Amino acid sequence: MSVRHGLLALLERGSRYGYQLRAEFEQATGGTWPLNIGQVYTTLGRLERDGLVRPLPESDGGQRPYEITDEGRNELATWFATPISQADRPRDELAIKLALALTTPGVDVRTVLQTQRGATMRMLQEYTRLKSRADEPADLAWRLVLDAMVFRAEAEVRWLDHCETSLIRYAPPAPRPVIANPTDESTEEVRAR
Amino acid sequence: MSTPRVLEMRDVHRTHGAGATAVHALRGVSLVVAPGELVAVMGPSGSGKSTLLNLSGGLDRPTRGQVAVEGTVLGQLGRRELAAVRRRRVGYVFQDLNLLPSLTAAENVALPLELDGVRPRRVRAQALAALDEVGLADLAHRFPDEMSGGQQQRVAIARALIGDRRLVLADEPTGALDSHTGEAVLKLLRARVDAGAAGVLVTHEARHAAWADRVIFLRDGEIVDTSGPLSTPEELLLDGRG
Repeated sequence: MSVRHGLLALLERGSRYGYQLRAEFEQATGGTWPLNIGQVYTTLGRLERDGLVRPLPESDGGQRPYEITDEGRNELATWFATPISQADRPRDELAIKLALALTTPGVDVRTVLQTQRGATMRMLQEYTRLKSRADEPADLAWRLVLDAMVFRAEAEVRWLDHCETSLIRYAPPAPRPVIANPTDESTEEVRAR
Repeated sequence: MSTPRVLEMRDVHRTHGAGATAVHALRGVSLVVAPGELVAVMGPSGSGKSTLLNLSGGLDRPTRGQVAVEGTVLGQLGRRELAAVRRRRVGYVFQDLNLLPSLTAAENVALPLELDGVRPRRVRAQALAALDEVGLADLAHRFPDEMSGGQQQRVAIARALIGDRRLVLADEPTGALDSHTGEAVLKLLRARVDAGAAGVLVTHEARHAAWADRVIFLRDGEIVDTSGPLSTPEELLLDGRG
């Protein structure tokens, strides 16, 4: 998700100025995605450039509110209607790390797995504690954000369990003998066929 | 060493069979569960999860090592005394709820106390109180097949907690329940533990294990990892020994 669409969604509720947008954005994401005010104004600037929002006259307090344009509404509707594709997400560092651990000499993959699983499990415990505190009907949006994190962490633990099971079944290929004589290699290849 | 403990396992081994075909279900597990603490046990199939739970509740005996419930070492008890500990101090919640279909919810909940010879009036009062606690006071006179899966599971939990039971053992208690009902069951278990019971929860679902204060991972009968507070009671136990 982009901050851009987040701000558009907030402006769809009515005109807002920068500090309001920041506060509401953080509220909507339960503080899991902190924004600085600079980011908010940079994003507003780009949205204005693209014709998706327009600035309104400054208030007495010197605050300049923004409102969403029709074009902004279309953009927002398209965003809600379009599924997020895997390619839009950052590369999965953990999967890459494990793949590398498997092929790097001297690295104990099981330890890497266990360390990660312990850490993910602790996060999962933390989310669950937060969730059990968010019990009011008004907390629904926040609970759903937490649920998303819970299910994602759970998926990661399940994947790590799966990796571990695969690892138990996996017998590493015997290290290739260092070939001193090229003719040995050719005979071995013949035998292999 | 004044840490109160409801369950204490010390270097527990459980081997099935002997010689070359021996299966080591548990090898040297130490675990302490204090009042107000919920410990989840995770691990692949065959890692020893259910063996650990059965040993905790005196349903099975260790080959080596000690299991104590509220200070009573189970290995030193005769059959009848052990049966009494199981009936009075330990509550079980299993995946298949084991509710008797011909008894009402209240009667099912009352069963352990009745078997124990508690006076009927007291039994009834306690059963109703236990059902009230799980939010089922209105359904006390229904039969299991007149209740939803989630309600039946709550009855099973009420039964596990009736009386002064301080140790609750749960084996995949959310079974085939949908995610909301399953979560409600865990919340209930959590609440009971927060009220002073000690709980051990065997589950293969990380999402459910996350309700616990500590999550231990078993592999091939050994604890390979613990996620939770850094200083675990086992560490204190081992420190105290050394």
